[in-house]
Amino acid sequence: MMKLSRTLVATAIAAGSIISAGAVASVNAAGVAYKDVADMLIAVMVADRSTYTKKVVQRLAAKEKVIKASEHFEDDKALPLPAQMFRFGAEAVADKTDKFTYSLLSLWPINKQNAPRTEIEKAGLKFVAENKGENYYGEETLGGKKYYTAVYADVAVAKVCASCHNGHKDTPKKDFKVGDVMGGVVIRIPMTE
Amino acid sequence: MSKTTTLWIVWFLFTLAGAGVLVGSMFYGGPTRANLLIGGTTSGHHQIELACGACHTSAFGGTEEIEKTCHGCHDAELEKAKDSHPMKKFRDPRNADRLEKLAANKCITCHTEHKPDITNPMGVTLPTDYCELCHDDVGKNRPSHKGLAFNTCASAGCHNYHDNKALYEDFLVKHAGEPNVAEKPIIKDYTEKIEIEAAGDALTLASQADAPADKVTDKSMKEWLGSSHANAGVNCSGCHAVDQKTPETIAANWVDKPTHKACASCHGLETTTWLSGKHGMRLAPKMLVETEAIFGLFQNKTLGPMRPELARLPMHSKVAHAELGCSNCHSPHAYKTEPAHVEACTSCHNDEHTKNYEASAHGRLWQDEVAGVGAKGSGVSCATCHLPRRWMEDASGYEEFLVSDHNQNFNLRPNEKMIRSVCMNCHGLGFSIDSLADKDLIRRNFGGLPSGHIESIDWAMKRVQEKGKK
Repeated sequence: MMKLSRTLVATAIAAGSIISAGAVASVNAAGVAYKDVADMLIAVMVADRSTYTKKVVQRLAAKEKVIKASEHFEDDKALPLPAQMFRFGAEAVADKTDKFTYSLLSLWPINKQNAPRTEIEKAGLKFVAENKGENYYGEETLGGKKYYTAVYADVAVAKVCASCHNGHKDTPKKDFKVGDVMGGVVIRIPMTE
Repeated sequence: MSKTTTLWIVWFLFTLAGAGVLVGSMFYGGPTRANLLIGGTTSGHHQIELACGACHTSAFGGTEEIEKTCHGCHDAELEKAKDSHPMKKFRDPRNADRLEKLAANKCITCHTEHKPDITNPMGVTLPTDYCELCHDDVGKNRPSHKGLAFNTCASAGCHNYHDNKALYEDFLVKHAGEPNVAEKPIIKDYTEKIEIEAAGDALTLASQADAPADKVTDKSMKEWLGSSHANAGVNCSGCHAVDQKTPETIAANWVDKPTHKACASCHGLETTTWLSGKHGMRLAPKMLVETEAIFGLFQNKTLGPMRPELARLPMHSKVAHAELGCSNCHSPHAYKTEPAHVEACTSCHNDEHTKNYEASAHGRLWQDEVAGVGAKGSGVSCATCHLPRRWMEDASGYEEFLVSDHNQNFNLRPNEKMIRSVCMNCHGLGFSIDSLADKDLIRRNFGGLPSGHIESIDWAMKRVQEKGKK
């Protein structure tokens, strides 16, 4: 079984704490599997992502219509889109640690830079789209470094997810519905020998 | 001792002395340092090229140490520019293969100093078709881009590598069809008064001046009493003896010609930005041409102020040796601030763009505003475009102030940086893009209309219309 060092686990938990805005967790650091760390991280990410989407964007922009959500949120004085919020978090985490990275990708990306590029990304996104509720795990070597890579489905948790994507001029898919898999979150953890 | 041995010893001692001078100059500076430059620097850095330690902070630190200095000076500006290719974009391992082709996570991959023979506009030292390395498939999603040469991406007025605030597709669409000149062309930030924190009750009597008696002249008193400083309650000691309260300490700490450090006590953001710009960067901290070392053999010596004779742009020869400080442009005893907008600039700058300003439409509007004929904010001075006012956070990060940004670089090149901060106050986006792409029009200081047309808005609109049909 693949084991993680004490430092890596501690960092992952610390980063999880950053994402969850102060949540405190204590674990027995010895011998936590890469898969378990990735699963812990995705739990925090999904919780925050769906909370922002439902309780901020869906409520204020779609239901109560007090503010818009826009890709150009500063120019338009609007809310950042949930995907942008997620990316800002990923970038902020990358500023603090190189112990793991994560990104939001899709087989139907609006921004073509978010299409799968590595073999695991391609296989993982296809797998989670075709096998609802399941995750995809693997290992890959990128830039001479070995990574444990986990791919999780990114599901449309609110109407705004589907309507916004379906209506965007650059979307390659216009028939998303609530509950559909729209893409995937890819978490990478550098593997120590 | 034989003659040969003596000659060997002499040769050895001379070699040793020569090596000592060479190594000493390289590490600690001194008058011979200029001879060690391995190649001219770019326009961005030429003023500080003899302060080697500004970039080479460690003799054996390698490129990583140099990179840190790039970030130290340029990160804040890039963040404000909404950098399209920030370093963080390249941290994700999924881009590892791209980084092998082009290490876009390092500034010096594209901007290598001391390489004048291969330096392109914007200080780029890569071949100008570098976009292809990552965007070779652009034609797939943008059929309009099929067959376009990759060395035109950033040179045709359509894209910049870092700053695309005024060039991104949705912005082009939003501002398509705007008129060349707005119905009411007013620069809004110039209609607002800049409030200085230190403002107090006006000082109106010579007897209120706290300068030592031997420093007071009728002329200086008359000037000060009519100045903005006296009007805002700033006494003589406010500039000449900063923070001193009693006559004794004011006399003891009196400075006849205060430097930018005195100005910074009230005009902090203006001074900070000035020290980052072309006029003040030589006076920024750590700009040392010589560093203290070897038991005092080398002393800390700063680069000293910028002088027109050091500039790469044409300057008037009569001011060649003037040393630039705040007071060169702002006469601290003068009431009027207008001279700092135009006359201060034209007294040194002598290039075609400057010489053509007075007779230009912008120049005439400024003359009208100064004469009271034009509305406030309707004139366009040199400072309007090159030292624009903008809201900036103070050092604490808690408050924003409207200040004139004295770092021209923030708003200079690529010149599309000026579109939103300056041009679009009065002009439509399309007209602004076309004008800034016309080098001859810039030389004429915008006397006339742009001779060419950049099609980026047309293409963006066409794409939106085509997508709308589907």
